Amino acid sequence: MAMTSAERILARASGRDTVAPGDYVTADIDKAMCNEGFAAVAMNLGAAGISKVFDPERVVVIMDHYVPPPTERAAMIQKIVRGAVSAFGLPNFYDGRYGVAHQVMMERGHALPGELIVGTDSHTCTYGALGAASCGIGFTEMAYALATGRLWFRVPETVRFHLEGDLPPLVMSKDVILKIAGDHGAEVAQYRAAEFSGTGAGAMTMASRMTISNMSMEIGAKFCFFETDARAEEFLHGLPVGGYDPLVFDESARVFAEYSLDLTSLEPQVALPHTVENVQPVSSLERTPIHQALLGSCTNGRLEDLQAAALLLKGRSVHPDVRMLVYPASWAVYRLAIDDGTLADLVDAGAIVMNPGCGPCFGSHGGLLAQDEACVASTNRNFIGRMGSDKAGVYLASPATVAASAAAGYIADPRDL
Amino acid sequence: MEQFQGRVWLLGDNLDTDVICPGRLLDAPIEEIAEHALESVRPEFRAEVRPGDVIVAGGNFGCGSSREQAPQVLKAMGISCVVAESFGRIFFRSAIAIGLPVLACKDVAGAFADGDTASIDVEKASVTNVAGGAVMSGERLSPEMLEIITRGGILELLKEKTGGAQ
Ligand code: SF4
Repeated sequence: MAMTSAERILARASGRDTVAPGDYVTADIDKAMCNEGFAAVAMNLGAAGISKVFDPERVVVIMDHYVPPPTERAAMIQKIVRGAVSAFGLPNFYDGRYGVAHQVMMERGHALPGELIVGTDSHTCTYGALGAASCGIGFTEMAYALATGRLWFRVPETVRFHLEGDLPPLVMSKDVILKIAGDHGAEVAQYRAAEFSGTGAGAMTMASRMTISNMSMEIGAKFCFFETDARAEEFLHGLPVGGYDPLVFDESARVFAEYSLDLTSLEPQVALPHTVENVQPVSSLERTPIHQALLGSCTNGRLEDLQAAALLLKGRSVHPDVRMLVYPASWAVYRLAIDDGTLADLVDAGAIVMNPGCGPCFGSHGGLLAQDEACVASTNRNFIGRMGSDKAGVYLASPATVAASAAAGYIADPRDL
Repeated sequence: MEQFQGRVWLLGDNLDTDVICPGRLLDAPIEEIAEHALESVRPEFRAEVRPGDVIVAGGNFGCGSSREQAPQVLKAMGISCVVAESFGRIFFRSAIAIGLPVLACKDVAGAFADGDTASIDVEKASVTNVAGGAVMSGERLSPEMLEIITRGGILELLKEKTGGAQ
């Protein structure tokens, strides 16, 4: 029987031949990712009297939110995580300097096509760029999953997005997902799986796909999938991974809804405060002064994102009223961006280059906003108070738009620079 | 499963986890988060919420972060049940996992005003405005979900499996 990607993976993981949307299954977990939330997970395990996880090899702990710890309490949380990692004997541990968990999971080969992966972070759906069924869960459920190796899932319906044609210059995959959120709303994929196909999806780099799979969370998606095509195989080829099942879409499988987007005519987009669906083309925006420009995060902190910004800012200066912060998504990205001169160009333009990690993306440290300040950010959320004051505004945009805006001092169309 | 009757806090659409638990407090204990829960949309919530109150909300309630402090703090502040037109997926799961009853019910927000009294039967997935109005039917939870809620959370099931110790 024809099955969607979500159905196929959940059927396999629950030992069934077929499943249908609405079925509840108990499935075996292939990988479990924990960030600093592992401190709370370990406490829950302790409370339930559990001293072993189901399979230490399948658990990956990556600290990224509090790097370096901004408060004594955050330092304590990290200390608890280190103690728990050692007590449970977990070999796959990345202490603070490696980068944002989702980037580290992908670039270190911990996420593979066809796997069922859960993580204590909502943007765990990022691994769908490689064809994994991955999603976020809470600390209590993670304790249950680590103790038993299993978890219940409701088989989701699927929404298919056909992306057709090539993106114009200076328009990026971030603009694609913002456009979808703007046109169809923040719930277009609520409780559903999203499959991205078409020539436009096929032409995207892995980094560009990861931006879309990352932000599929913001349109409600439980899982997000791209096919494991030649580009994905090439990405995996360089990694220390064993066998995996490439994910191929079955176009004859029944889906809940289908949407098409012509990429050839897409313009740069921006999501205005305070929801991701409050989207306009940058070209139609009234002049909006900004005080901070943030380039980074698990959404858009990869090498191609930093390069896109550097290309625009080379030989230009960040506007004197703007603080531009750069948070590379990982240590590996940081290192490559040093080697190819990207960071030098950004620093010369006046950007502040920070360490890999989450930075101010979730409002805890490293570049917060005062009231009445505005930030244009390549991150994924612009909720009230997300980046400091609840009277500040966060505008979500692509790395190119962030860079153009940093130079202009207001939210600017990169095509006009 | 017990039925709930409680005073309604009516909240809007897309109420996210950062509003329930601001990011700067992610390293804080629940009591401290409680001092700020929902303050950017309902500054009086902290002072006026009473044990047994219920939240009735529009669509996409609890969207955003996987932070479990969001359902935890609402439970700790005495919220007995959250009924919303739809939920952010992780909030929904985590609420069940910690034993906070949740119910998705189409058009529910339009049937209530702030301060009304709601009567909720989680097992039957029905919601009524005690001041009058029809019984509204929500989406039933699966037997597994109901069991987790009745037991007071998924950790209780885990303890049972391990006999409390390994
Ligand atoms: S970079 Fe932002 S969205 Fe990504 S994991 Fe960190 S806090 Fe979450």
